[in-house]
Amino acid sequence: MKRLLLWGGTALLFVAAPYLFPGGFALTMLTQMGTFIIFCLSYNMLLGQGGMLSFGHAVYSGLGAYIAVHALNLIGKGSLHLPVALLPLVGGLAGLAFGVLFGYVTTRRAGTTFALISLGIGEMVFACALMFPGFFGGEAGISTNRVVGSPFLGVSFGPPLQVYYLVAAWCILSMAAMFALTQTPLGRMANAVRDNPERAEFVGYNTQHVRFLQLALSAFFAGVSGGLSCINFEIVTAENVSAIRSGGVLLAAFIGGVSHFFGPILGGIVFIFFVVALSGYTKAWLLYLGLFFVLMVLYAPGGIASLVLMQLPVIRAGRWSELAVPFLVAALAAAVALAGLVGLVEMVYRLSEPGASTALQVLGVAFEARTAPPWFAFAAVLAVGLAALRAAARRAGARWDAIQLGLRSGQA
Amino acid sequence: MTHALELRGVHKSFGTTRILQDVSLTVREGERHAIIGPNGAGKSTLFNLISGRYEVSSGRILLQNEDITNLRPYEINRRGLARSFQVTNLFHNLSVFENIRCGLLWPAGGRYAFWRRVGGLAEVKRRAEEVMERIGLARRRDVPAGNLAYAEQRALEIGITVAGGARVILLDEPTSGMSRTETAQAVEMVRSITQDRTLVMVEHDMGVVFGLADRVSVLVYGEVLATGTPEEIRANPAVQEAYLGTLHKEAANA
Amino acid sequence: MEFLLVQTLNGISYGLLLFMLSSGLTLVFSLMGVLNFAHASFYMLGAYFAYQISTRIGFWPALVAAPLLVGAFGMLVERFGLRKVHPHGHVAELLFTFGLAYLIDEAVHLVWGRQAVPYRVPAELDGPLFQILGSQYPIYRGFMMLVSVAMLVSIWLALTRTRVGLVIQAALTHPQTVEALGHNVPRVFMLVFGGGAALAGLAGVIGGNAFVTDPGMAAAVGPIIFVIVVVGGMGSLAGAFVASLLIGCMQTFAVSLDWSLGGIGIAQAAPVLPYLLMVLLLIFRPKGLMGTREG
Repeated sequence: MKRLLLWGGTALLFVAAPYLFPGGFALTMLTQMGTFIIFCLSYNMLLGQGGMLSFGHAVYSGLGAYIAVHALNLIGKGSLHLPVALLPLVGGLAGLAFGVLFGYVTTRRAGTTFALISLGIGEMVFACALMFPGFFGGEAGISTNRVVGSPFLGVSFGPPLQVYYLVAAWCILSMAAMFALTQTPLGRMANAVRDNPERAEFVGYNTQHVRFLQLALSAFFAGVSGGLSCINFEIVTAENVSAIRSGGVLLAAFIGGVSHFFGPILGGIVFIFFVVALSGYTKAWLLYLGLFFVLMVLYAPGGIASLVLMQLPVIRAGRWSELAVPFLVAALAAAVALAGLVGLVEMVYRLSEPGASTALQVLGVAFEARTAPPWFAFAAVLAVGLAALRAAARRAGARWDAIQLGLRSGQA
Repeated sequence: MTHALELRGVHKSFGTTRILQDVSLTVREGERHAIIGPNGAGKSTLFNLISGRYEVSSGRILLQNEDITNLRPYEINRRGLARSFQVTNLFHNLSVFENIRCGLLWPAGGRYAFWRRVGGLAEVKRRAEEVMERIGLARRRDVPAGNLAYAEQRALEIGITVAGGARVILLDEPTSGMSRTETAQAVEMVRSITQDRTLVMVEHDMGVVFGLADRVSVLVYGEVLATGTPEEIRANPAVQEAYLGTLHKEAANA
Repeated sequence: MEFLLVQTLNGISYGLLLFMLSSGLTLVFSLMGVLNFAHASFYMLGAYFAYQISTRIGFWPALVAAPLLVGAFGMLVERFGLRKVHPHGHVAELLFTFGLAYLIDEAVHLVWGRQAVPYRVPAELDGPLFQILGSQYPIYRGFMMLVSVAMLVSIWLALTRTRVGLVIQAALTHPQTVEALGHNVPRVFMLVFGGGAALAGLAGVIGGNAFVTDPGMAAAVGPIIFVIVVVGGMGSLAGAFVASLLIGCMQTFAVSLDWSLGGIGIAQAAPVLPYLLMVLLLIFRPKGLMGTREG
């Protein structure tokens, strides 16, 4: 019953989102988030559920996108009769086909070797994308038009709002399907294989076969996301199968948290927000994203989902207010350190990029990046921020431990 | 006559190091057979060969007269042989219930199905709960296996092994690391849970061996020294020599 | 005939460079169980540091200083990063080094800009070494081979003949025992990781000016190194050696030949060849050429 409410609420949120966050820019972001969530969840079928770290997942979404874009062009010419709304299914089936093809080879090994092989396959497909311009369209890619065929009940997918709702529908469906998969024998054994592949063999399961099936299904959903991407952007290029995109989905899923089903959903939302919003403000956004990722690996490997869930027992015990102040202080210290870092990074960028202006302004104070004082100033801010963060984190950590101890003895 | 398990002239070497030499053994249907021997005798290696973890250097292994030599572990398991591990080998992130369920999913027909909910397989749920009850972990149903106490983990280890309904059960030192009370409980549990099946176990605790086993084989330096009833083994001079009185002392406490 | 000779020599010198990189990676993997995704980034750092130092001071000081700087950086990474992540398992370690590679790439991008930097072969090494039947073989290629071989021989000697080397070999399989004997195993790991980084940095110093020094060089050579490690067999130095020479020669020949199949020139297809080799090997010989250790 609780589950039904949760899913119903999520669906409602998807429907209401364009009205909660109005505006063209927000709509673009929401549409991209919807597509990316499917991609991240499909990735987590491999990593979080199957224990398979892949550096080449964009292969399946990208090839799905390529097949979808060719199909869409055929629909436009009239050679293929398929509603545009069903195009993601074409992408999904293409992803599935490639998942079966490449999965047969890649799942022969596990662990680190599997990760490297997935990287190799990714590089191989990317290199092929530039080698076969007939299918891949070379550097320019393949472009298309999603407004084809006669509109169905007034829906032509021309307006971005209609595209958003298409994405939202597929997103809800895919989320539900992938969740349902975790409740099947295959889904359960994928978890078992993740935890102890050897033992899984001794209870009658061919570990390689479990991984192979999990990969194929994951590739299907990746292909669906590729098909939606094709509809949304109306172009597919080699970037869709690039290592950058594979790295991106890995980052997003991990930041969200791979141990929980909803983690990658959070990760997808945060990642798109970072990419779309931040990239408008600074050229160094990739650096900040990378730094964020590394810090998460070091200090919060469970991701945002774990961080959130960790607070629940404390909230339930009514003791979260004790943490509010230490957390706030730590957050402030972090903000100070971040300000120092951002200052330094932006100055470095201005100095190295030819043609960029080296005159900067912060809070009405103008300064020149080529002189020494701003460097000292920002470095000092960074140092102070880090020192404060260290002290504040220690304080917050001590308070956290005390509360945990209290909770445990209260239970026992 | 069809034996439950039969080994014929099994040899195993790792490189030039000879671990097992011409091991021949028969285990009758429904028998409780213990394999004892000093450390390094090759007992765990024997289990690894039978269950498919390692390949034999030469020889044959037959399960109910079917040749299972060098088959993959899952192939052997599907033919009705299950084993536990000396070093606990659980699915540490899954709960107690889910661990046991994994143990019986294949024989219950779960296969690689991704089109139906595992929760909907009522028979699976019932059997898993039954096994959980019998190993005494029903109260710990939702605890992740990695968080259990050591003795509970050993019990779960056995639970996963027997859950699938295999006719031949191999237990590798089921009571290792347990206190006297825990051992006594474990022995009772093993006895009831392997009631109408064939049991082969490696054990160091002579009390367990004498209380549980119908027949005993002694493995020394990779060779079978003797096979017989516990009393015969106790009286065997070669065995006595190999153990230098250990048997007498421990059996006296049994 | 001379084409064959020259290209073989080129292939070998490229292969030796690849081996310098893949051997460092394999050593760290064998000894610490962690695959350093940022290994190619250390290569890039070596090239960039060498560029900076050689334009200010000279090439020969750069040859010594740059690898040391990269090695020091590697030790810091191990001490403050890898060590922290180690208890969380291999996946976390791999993710950390992956994020690190990302960061280093972006940082280099930020500091030195998007374009390639003019890191040149020094004048004294620029020129023909000898003549083969009408073609000239450059001194610098010979220098590269010399440095590669010298470095690898000294590492082999260090590992097998010195006490530190023996300690490292022992710590590979029995770290707790080695620690109980009084050796500082965490320090050993830091040295090994730093050493691997320095080796990659050295490869960058000599490779960066022979080829190109730009922010994309880590992403260009990184996957090739990983393919070499997989093809050679994880954890096998001999396998990495064979695979490095094989792929080095394969790439060199492919780019310079004029054959084509089905409309695609082999020179065009050159980037794909190492991956095809990997796929074929996976189908027929999953353990790699001389695999000893599962990842």
